[in-house]
Amino acid sequence: MADPDLHENEEPLLVATSLSKSFGRIAACRDVSFALYPGEVLAIVGESGSGKSTLLQLLSGQLAASGGHVSYRMRDGVTRDLATLGEAERRFLFRTDWGFVHQDPAQGLRMAVSAGANVGERLMAVGWNHYGRIRDTASDWLTRVEIDVARIDDAPRTYSGGMRQRLQIARNLVTEPRLVFMDEPTGGLDVSVQARLLDLLRSLVAELHLAVIIVTHDLAVARLLSHRVMVMKGGRVIETGLTDQVLDDPREPYTQLLVSSILPP
Amino acid sequence: MNAPAYNFAYLDEQTKRMIRRAILKAIAIPGYQVPFASREMPMPYGWGTGGVQVTAAILGPADVLKVIDQGSDDTTNAISIRKFFAKTAGVATTTATEEATVIQTRHRIPEAALSENQVLVYQVPIPEPLRFLEPRETETRRMHALAEYGLMHVKLYEDIARFGHIATAYAYPVKVNARYVMDPSPTPKFDNPKMDNCPALQLFGAGREKRIYAIPPYTQVVSLDFEDHPFEPYRFNAPCALCGAEDSYLDEIVTDDKGSRMFVCSDTDYCEGRQAAGHHGSLSAAPYKDKAQGGANG
Repeated sequence: MADPDLHENEEPLLVATSLSKSFGRIAACRDVSFALYPGEVLAIVGESGSGKSTLLQLLSGQLAASGGHVSYRMRDGVTRDLATLGEAERRFLFRTDWGFVHQDPAQGLRMAVSAGANVGERLMAVGWNHYGRIRDTASDWLTRVEIDVARIDDAPRTYSGGMRQRLQIARNLVTEPRLVFMDEPTGGLDVSVQARLLDLLRSLVAELHLAVIIVTHDLAVARLLSHRVMVMKGGRVIETGLTDQVLDDPREPYTQLLVSSILPP
Repeated sequence: MNAPAYNFAYLDEQTKRMIRRAILKAIAIPGYQVPFASREMPMPYGWGTGGVQVTAAILGPADVLKVIDQGSDDTTNAISIRKFFAKTAGVATTTATEEATVIQTRHRIPEAALSENQVLVYQVPIPEPLRFLEPRETETRRMHALAEYGLMHVKLYEDIARFGHIATAYAYPVKVNARYVMDPSPTPKFDNPKMDNCPALQLFGAGREKRIYAIPPYTQVVSLDFEDHPFEPYRFNAPCALCGAEDSYLDEIVTDDKGSRMFVCSDTDYCEGRQAAGHHGSLSAAPYKDKAQGGANG
């Protein structure tokens, strides 16, 4: 699935250099380094407590690192260290060039306002001031994530779990971000809904040339979506490589255990 | 009558200094909510404790005070506050907008144009315009600090999506001096244009929420809207039944249990002034002087 020409003449979008984070004596994340290129999907897998979510928060600038740094190539082509960004810049980045899909849609959506306003919020935040155009864009995005446009004025609390998750994705993608963070986007959904969501994500990622960092404990999700996989254990990255390579021919004993713990289809 | 049991205008001088400092800061940063150490006042929250403290802090012996409640000079709230300051400060009071130097108001801006030597003090129940959209106060403060006001438009969007037009009729959010989004207190949106470039100083006091904010004279105040759904002040489409005014904000008064109603100016001073000047409405008693004997209500 990985495109060999992917990195040829492009600079990385996001670079993590020996990132670490400790909470008191507990090291949640140790010496993580990698580069992410535009259009690339990176899965971070590992069991609970392995530091996946901490790493995601470090990368998205929500948590300050204890050591190391993250740099990001902004839309103007300048690569900047996230720690040096002001709060205003970081928040602006977060609602324009980045997306964050939470496991629990209630965290990423405004449950009491209509779906249309949920999708339109980012547009209004960057200064869109024309109701008709905001609404058209919102309807367009609802269609793209396979939500019936007739439900544009319903609040997400009336939506099913799968619809909420798709709405959350639309809300994040409406400003055409280049990088989307996903934290267990399929968690808590039943299998058929998961499959549909993954299918949708895969086509959107390809269509929009999105770079994605997806945290999951579900190796099937990693296999379906990602180009590359990073396996974490105890806060360290123990194995990294192309998805099919890591999952079909795991080198580390822990990865072998992880892969072999999937029930055969 | 003005027994020295109280300091001038009830509050002690140190408290007044503290409030004045907050007011000065508020004037320096138009639309920004300045926290202040709100005191207990001899009235319940919601009756204008914030407005009363601001008035007490700025009142001087030579001031002439007018107090209005929903435009009216003769409701319990307005009369009580007027009496309160007549008693504790011994200042002259009036009901005529033109004569007043300090006007404390609840939910209205007088119809008569204000002048440079007047101060309008608003009583504010909820100073935070983002309150019902973002419940976290830490977050709303950050949003103000970074001028992230997209959420305000989400509310207006919801209005249009639900009702086909911006249905917010009062406490309509405004942007002050092209920077801070502000809640103009629950005035009808009819009054919003009067705030823009107003010659009078406008001060807002929220007692329970412990916030003071201000619009300095001649400051730009813009009501938020969408390009395709512009801001429109709302007014009942009728003349005042007592003075025939076509330009004033109207109250709707139900007159019986058969659905009859009358529309009258909410600004009583404006209405009485017009009636005294000989204007008549469809339900006015003639002549005007006889009104005190009753019989005016149809």
